[in-house]
Amino acid sequence: MTGVSIADKTPGSHGESPLSGDGASTGRLGDRLFGGAAIGAGAVVVGLVTLIGVFLLSQAIPSLMKNEANFLTSTEWSVGGDHPRFGILRLLWVTVLSSLLALTIAVPIGIAVALFITNYAPKWLSKPAASTVDLLAAVPSIIFGLWGLRVFGPRTEGIQNFLREKAGWFPLFKETTVGSFTTIFLAGLVLAIMILPIITALSREVFAQTPTTHKEGALALGATKWEMIRTAVLPFGKPGVISAAMLGLGRALGETVAVMILISSLAQGTDFSFSFFDGGETFASKIALGAGEFDTPQKTGAYIAAGLVLFILTFIVNAIARIVIERRKAFTE
Amino acid sequence: MKNTRGARFAALAAIGGLALAGCGSDNNTATTTTGTAGSASSSSAAGSSESAPATDCPSGTLNAEGSSAQKNAFEEVVTAYNEKCADLTINYNPTGSGTGIKQFNAGQVDFAGSDSALKTEEKDGVIEVDAAQKRCESPAWNLPMVIGPIAVAYNLDGVDKLVLDAPTLAAIFQGEITTWNDPKIAALNSGVTLPDTAIKPFFRSDESGTTENFTKYLKAAGGDAWAGEPAKSWTGKGEGKEKSSGVADAVKATAGGITYVELSYAKDNALGMAQIDNGSGAVELTSDSIGKFIATAAADGEGNDLRLKLDYATKEAGAYPIGLVTYEIVCSVNKDAAKQNEIKSFLTFFASSEAQSLIEEIGYAPLPAEVQTKVAAAVAALS
Amino acid sequence: MTAITNGLPRDRMLSEPRDLDLRGKSGSRALKNSVATAVMWAAFAIAVIPLVWILLTVAVKGGHLILDSTWWTNSQQGITARREGGGAVHAIQGTLIQGLVTALISVPIGVLTAVYLVEYGRGRFARIVSFMVDILTGVPSIVAGLFIYAVFITTFGFTRAGIFVCLSLTLLMIPVVVRSTEEMLKLVPNELREAAYALGVPKWKTIFSVVLPTAFSGIITGVLLGLARVMGETAPLLILGPYTKAIATDLFGGNMATLPTMINQDRDQAVTLPAYDRIWAAALTLILLILLLNLLGRLAGRFSKV
Repeated sequence: MTGVSIADKTPGSHGESPLSGDGASTGRLGDRLFGGAAIGAGAVVVGLVTLIGVFLLSQAIPSLMKNEANFLTSTEWSVGGDHPRFGILRLLWVTVLSSLLALTIAVPIGIAVALFITNYAPKWLSKPAASTVDLLAAVPSIIFGLWGLRVFGPRTEGIQNFLREKAGWFPLFKETTVGSFTTIFLAGLVLAIMILPIITALSREVFAQTPTTHKEGALALGATKWEMIRTAVLPFGKPGVISAAMLGLGRALGETVAVMILISSLAQGTDFSFSFFDGGETFASKIALGAGEFDTPQKTGAYIAAGLVLFILTFIVNAIARIVIERRKAFTE
Repeated sequence: MKNTRGARFAALAAIGGLALAGCGSDNNTATTTTGTAGSASSSSAAGSSESAPATDCPSGTLNAEGSSAQKNAFEEVVTAYNEKCADLTINYNPTGSGTGIKQFNAGQVDFAGSDSALKTEEKDGVIEVDAAQKRCESPAWNLPMVIGPIAVAYNLDGVDKLVLDAPTLAAIFQGEITTWNDPKIAALNSGVTLPDTAIKPFFRSDESGTTENFTKYLKAAGGDAWAGEPAKSWTGKGEGKEKSSGVADAVKATAGGITYVELSYAKDNALGMAQIDNGSGAVELTSDSIGKFIATAAADGEGNDLRLKLDYATKEAGAYPIGLVTYEIVCSVNKDAAKQNEIKSFLTFFASSEAQSLIEEIGYAPLPAEVQTKVAAAVAALS
Repeated sequence: MTAITNGLPRDRMLSEPRDLDLRGKSGSRALKNSVATAVMWAAFAIAVIPLVWILLTVAVKGGHLILDSTWWTNSQQGITARREGGGAVHAIQGTLIQGLVTALISVPIGVLTAVYLVEYGRGRFARIVSFMVDILTGVPSIVAGLFIYAVFITTFGFTRAGIFVCLSLTLLMIPVVVRSTEEMLKLVPNELREAAYALGVPKWKTIFSVVLPTAFSGIITGVLLGLARVMGETAPLLILGPYTKAIATDLFGGNMATLPTMINQDRDQAVTLPAYDRIWAAALTLILLILLLNLLGRLAGRFSKV
């Protein structure tokens, strides 16, 4: 599960990047063919991403034109009939809230686990520990959903009720129409477990690359292990951790089946609430719930419009990650 | 680098494993039958009155698509049919009524299953009846085949018998009645001690024919009490759960919960089922009472097009007025005679008492005798 | 590009001694250190709990079914929700076939893109490609499914079929293959390339017969890991891949079962029915398959010391 590679930010083990190619290119037929194929493959990727955007947009526009509610600020979702009214405000909120909760939980734990594996675990434990956490990534999301609903969810009822009761004055913990444990809160917890292995795996890779000289230098100055980590390992790994977190966030934003199984839907016209203990749908789960009834272009278009927003959202998250990393690079270069 | 051979071996092993997707068997005849609704063997006795005629067994493949409401019934019938005629493979794809009709009209499937008959008025630029006529080059027939009773399931400790009527149900599902000991509920249930538990209504969050038919009932029988229009997506209040299993689970886990769900889910989860007062007394949900409701439906089509106009507001004594009918939509005349013979063979069995009593065991209701005769006649007239 | 080690110059960290108060207070520093150690152990424990919990749940609820030999030899044909028996071979085959076809499409594109990025790509277009790969990494699986649906089903009017599932999974797999291959190609020492060039071997031949073989096992690791990811994917199948109980191997027409769709179908049944046990067994089968791929990937990775 190494989606974003560290390799495009760090040079190879030998410290230099491969030869700048053109000097070695001979202009022979074979070279032109192979080089062309490679460029072609790159172009396919660029083309695919562009096509995704364009196609989704072209399918969404007719439905958006017919939409009688404000697409960005409405909380309604009724896509059939002659007077469709749909908007994404609630979808956006549930998507962002559940993903941020997941991120808030998974990032600190993920970093700690990565540090544990790279710096704390006894030698016999560190490898098995790493593969154990990686195993989590092998569990398909539908299983997380079922487990969350049948096994884990009921056990969170206590803490959810406790928060509702004691912190209910705070908008994020307010009691809502959803009485059971199948709330945004539960989805956030399960999402956290789902993205933990991604964040751990990537952070681990960066931490492991901390130059030994830095670590030994800190220790030689008399630093404790924790101080060595705080001053050598963490600063070194920061960009990697940020990109890991962003990748995890992207995964959480787009997670479909688990969320669909976990969160209760709300009735139309339910008052908007900021609370973790509310129900609702994320972009992805809304699309999946509607998938059985894609029978008219208008309905399909409305769901595709939601998909498009999700696409843009993940696009933005990725772009931010890129910018953070690039800027840091430029800043320190 | 020196060890790439080992890696190649691993790769080969992986690819070989993938390629080994070789053989397997579809033959599951020797399996045992279990389940809460009793064993299949008892069914042959129940269906003895009018056993399926010994049709010749065609071989081939039939593809059908549509309503998910009849999925379990369809599978059960296909299984039984294949015990007689093993050479006809029948696939059913429960993608929803609208998709089924669309696929049928596009010629992609041999017949469709739908919770509503082909529409005669224009919707999204298409008149379904005309499109079907064009596809078949003959009129398409709606054959009612499966009756799916919808239970009003609740979870209320100590209340074994609960009577509700349409206006009360409408009020409950619109959040106007919020506790179980509300005077309106109490008025229908004299002699029953109702707790002051809060009512928690659950609805289907996915689009479904069950929701559509339940709201049709609320609208028709509840008068002005139900504000929304009948639709596949829920317009009332409550908490949404995905699929029938979702709502049934939720009610099971929630004291004070109530929902509308297919009979089989209410039975399997051992949920309480409310009796419905249709204006002439409380009616329990049984095959008999739902059959009476279907029998009150007026024939809405011509000749062998057996579309039914369900009278949700019926006041017929002993009729349980919440349920849905799934039609199989077929071409009356098919250019492909062999295909039509396959369809005919299967539907003949589907309409037989044997098949109908089979599906009764898993929570559907058999067609009332009168309707069943008409359907059998219509199937016989397919050519 | 030479001396950037993840954005920080080598000497920077240690030039900030203000973070390090090395005089006195050894009590509190030692305490902090112990607390940190405890936190790390605790975090690891927290991470392990859900994993063990999930695996145990699945194994306990589904284990007895997959020990039955019919599970691996029979399909669900003729088995209704209320009956026990039957197997998952139709779904296992579907998952493997779709996985294989997905790999066949995405591996050439992915590997060539990585070759372009590492060996050829300079300048603006390479940066765009690299960015697009990032975007593709972030494309949610449901959007990939929706895109294929929008193109092939609503625009070109095809019926849903296994091949479209493969195409949507390809979108998810390409970026994984590109990134891992890229990493592996960068690890190939430049000396090898230079030696080949010095012998007058043309660049394409160098890449083909020196660079790619050297990185081969690493590339396989990436492919298998990517495959593991897409095989457990459910969301695009909800839109594109209708289920069947019978064995079906035709990617271009008709329904085709996969393990995720099998789980998805059977989960809409009451908990008391035999069908409900089968979802855990199917889940266990899926986890085992993915595990097997991961192991193979790791095995290949072990040999990739270039």
